Amino acid sequence: MKFDRRTFLTLGLGAVAGGAVGINFTPVPWKLTDDVSIWTQNWPWTPVPQTGETSYKQTTCTLCPGGCGVSVRKVGKRCVKIEGTEGHPVNNGGVCLLGNSGLQYLYGPDRVRGPMKRAGRRGEGRFIEITWEEAISEVAEKLAKIRAAGKPHTVACMTGAQQDTVSALFARFLEAYGSPNLFKSPTAWDTQRLSARLMCGLDAAVGYDLDNADYILSFGSGLIDGWGSPVHHLANYGAWHDPDTKEKAYLVQAEPRLSLTAAKADAWVAVNPGAEGPLALAMVHVIIADGLYDKNFVNSYTTRFEDWTDPDGRQQAGFKRTVLENYSPDKLAKITGVAPERVRKIAREFARARKPVAICGTAQGDQAAALYHVMAVQALNALAGNINRPGGMQILEAEGPFPWPDVQKDAKAEKGLEKPRLDAPAAKPYPLADGLIHAFAGAVLAQKPYPVEALLVAGGDPAYFLPRASEAKKALSAIPLVVSFSPVFNDTAMYADYILPDDLYLESVRDVPSPPGLVPRVVGLTRAVTDPVYASRPAGDSLIAIAKAMGGTVAGSFAWKNYQAALKQAMGGKWRTLSSKGYWIDESPAPSWTQLFGGKRFSFCPTPPAGGRTGMKPQPLVVDIPGDAKSMPLLAVPVKSMQLENGQMAATPFMMKTIPDTVLDKADVLVVEVNPQTAGKLGIGNRKAARLATPFGEADVLVVHNEGVMPGLVGLPCGFGHAGYSRFVRGKGANYHALSGAVADPLTGHDVAWGVRARLTQA
Amino acid sequence: MIHKEEGNLPRYGMVIDLDKCTGCGACMVACQSENNVPFKENETNKLDSITWMRIFKVSNGEPFPGTEMVYLPRPCQHCEGQHPGHPPCTSVCPATATDYDHATGVVSQIYTRCFGCRYCMTACPYLVRYFNWWDPHFPADTEKYLSPDVSVRMRGVVEKCSFCFHRFQRAMDKAYYEGRKELEEMEYQTACTQACPAGAITFGDLNNPHHQVHKLKDSPRAFRLLEKLGTNPKVYYLSSKKWVRKACDNEMGKEHNKYRPKRK
Repeated sequence: MKFDRRTFLTLGLGAVAGGAVGINFTPVPWKLTDDVSIWTQNWPWTPVPQTGETSYKQTTCTLCPGGCGVSVRKVGKRCVKIEGTEGHPVNNGGVCLLGNSGLQYLYGPDRVRGPMKRAGRRGEGRFIEITWEEAISEVAEKLAKIRAAGKPHTVACMTGAQQDTVSALFARFLEAYGSPNLFKSPTAWDTQRLSARLMCGLDAAVGYDLDNADYILSFGSGLIDGWGSPVHHLANYGAWHDPDTKEKAYLVQAEPRLSLTAAKADAWVAVNPGAEGPLALAMVHVIIADGLYDKNFVNSYTTRFEDWTDPDGRQQAGFKRTVLENYSPDKLAKITGVAPERVRKIAREFARARKPVAICGTAQGDQAAALYHVMAVQALNALAGNINRPGGMQILEAEGPFPWPDVQKDAKAEKGLEKPRLDAPAAKPYPLADGLIHAFAGAVLAQKPYPVEALLVAGGDPAYFLPRASEAKKALSAIPLVVSFSPVFNDTAMYADYILPDDLYLESVRDVPSPPGLVPRVVGLTRAVTDPVYASRPAGDSLIAIAKAMGGTVAGSFAWKNYQAALKQAMGGKWRTLSSKGYWIDESPAPSWTQLFGGKRFSFCPTPPAGGRTGMKPQPLVVDIPGDAKSMPLLAVPVKSMQLENGQMAATPFMMKTIPDTVLDKADVLVVEVNPQTAGKLGIGNRKAARLATPFGEADVLVVHNEGVMPGLVGLPCGFGHAGYSRFVRGKGANYHALSGAVADPLTGHDVAWGVRARLTQA
Repeated sequence: MIHKEEGNLPRYGMVIDLDKCTGCGACMVACQSENNVPFKENETNKLDSITWMRIFKVSNGEPFPGTEMVYLPRPCQHCEGQHPGHPPCTSVCPATATDYDHATGVVSQIYTRCFGCRYCMTACPYLVRYFNWWDPHFPADTEKYLSPDVSVRMRGVVEKCSFCFHRFQRAMDKAYYEGRKELEEMEYQTACTQACPAGAITFGDLNNPHHQVHKLKDSPRAFRLLEKLGTNPKVYYLSSKKWVRKACDNEMGKEHNKYRPKRK
């Protein structure tokens, strides 16, 4: 064969083509890429999770007050996933993002791994590990010393908002020890309870049967932003929007900002901030004027609706006349900012609905509400005749204190308890004050009425949540002995002398009170799903140990073997159900009006217990935010969302991943929402840096234009700016509470500020 | 390869009801904790923040107070493509690291095969794919909560939503053990579906007339993301708001509905 040019080309091209085809058919290159991938991935530092037997254990989540039943998937001894418990009366299988990421708390870098003693400056966060014996004896010794010096009243204690057995034990400790200074953060639920006491004359919590309501008028309550029992309401929301659901609820949201709830509601009423109460009154006016109220209920079970005679024999204007004469939607339009026609339309829809209900407690309900607002909303419910009716407002009578033996008090305790509370001077102007936690820091710093020697922090995070948090931090630094029982290094724990870490809800047994507002009541129980991961101990046990170490009547008041024994006694008849099922559900039927009120009536103009004979007439109160409107023309309002914060714990690393860049910017700078109209006037473009100033502090922010914010307001996300916790949350953004101040309700004195004066300047 | 039985095989898909979705974020975290998704100190750069399921906020852009907002959870859309098995990402992968499972319709990601060229990320119109720029780090004892069902990914590989395929495998194992070859609807559910408090996510076999998704996907409220691209996704959305359907479809005149399956 002649090897010419043609043969060369044929063979050459053939080889190329063959090679090209071959390379696609030979496995060698594919095998090589695969192998290279595998070889470059076998690093010893990439974790390989161990296998093991899978099991599920039930407990109740305590990360927020929601009280969800959670099911923990375990592989061997490790907890690997938290899911909602199917069939649980609160959450029926659903779970929120905080509950879902609970294991990041259990195993995470935020945990306090054992008893600690401060080694650095306060707030610095440097601690040394000590033994439990040392921790208990040192704390008990110091507390005994203060008591021996005749100053038991100078020891204060803060508990969380929830009234569980642990809070009750701390209250008991303070009583036996001899101090009146028990503080807890008041919530909107406390205001509603107070309102029920005034209007219904009953010591009762207020609940709303939203599962059965068909028209929900929400005065700023963030039904899907973490209000009450968040997962329960999210499930309700889903059910209302299911094509197969027959009974749907129509949701009207009155709020100045397009919150998630407002965005997802059937109607959004952009009411002026702080004017929810007046809006409710304007609706009351329409319902009375149109005669749309439940006449049976109003005539037979209420009082002071019509004009009435006071004990001095003077004629007093009744609720009806006061409202009709003063509070028409037209007259209040200027305050509420809502067109009278819209008010009339909604009020009529509400009154004509089959099962309407009005709810209150803004955002997550974790802040006290203005009493006049709550009373106006409860008047709406009374006019609708929905009290204790399916779908209505429920009066859930309190069960009384836990059935524990009486507290033993010696002379020292009696004497200490007679001393005025720390907040007594601050509480003086307010007839219905019952503990003003926001006055605590001021009292400590002023050393009036007396210097505070010690503080036990059994719940909450005052260094973060108290208004003017910088002042709270100064106060914490000024107290000689601060003992924290926090399971995590929260902002307050950074200021503690001793941390006696509590267990998490996955490690030991404790009760979980019924979630606020939930109908029916469901009391939960946490269970030891795993052995304690670190050297933590139930706070109840630590306290009992401290009391025992102090001896005398203090020890005598804590005669239980351990916290478990106290818990079992406190739960009484519920214990069997609780320990076997994990929750106890109140199955008793709602008492009828006659049973509920007994000879009493619902009073539209109740007489406050501390004097005043004229009755509390409805007031279109708008909580005024003080400050100079000229230098601070804007109003910064808190933006609460479940993604950032719910309850007293900071967000987890997983939650931080869900936060969009329209809330926290690349440089970890807080993003504030401003209406484009307002931003335009200030000359601040979209996504432009600015400086936010309030009378209490300043922060660098990034301004994002948002059409959903009322002009003149600045939406400030809550949940950032922690000084405690791990580097996954610490130091990101700014803390709203540090930038805001307290504004006292004229009746209760509780902080009811809905915002803070602010100024935005171009950076 | 010829897939004669394609029409009868399960096609797992999801229907997300935007009317029900509250944007709470439970699905995102349920997904992260189920699938050993890594986290880092700063997650604000959304281009390198790994979130298999991500919630987008969509606004109608109307001025106050006419503003409306919806939240749009976005998992991997598990595209079917114009012919079964031709989603945009699989055909571009040089390493066969992403594959289409003809038995379930799930688009997989095989980490040990991936060498990190990120071609699939550019091909995906839904931005569901994420690249591991760093080695995963689990601080303190968080390594203890890692699930053995899902391998932990290392630096240099792409990852994405798998419709919790390990749950399918577990369910199938159980079914085989019990002598069955088919799964009941509730036997295989994704972590996000299970966690959603509002019940906005429905998951199941789109081909099975007994599954809820089969009916829901034909709802007049149903639409898919960027349908005009012809990716034929197996994630359907429901919304009663026209502006939402329009915004998510980005519809362009006649092109709209071109690739939409015919309704019966």
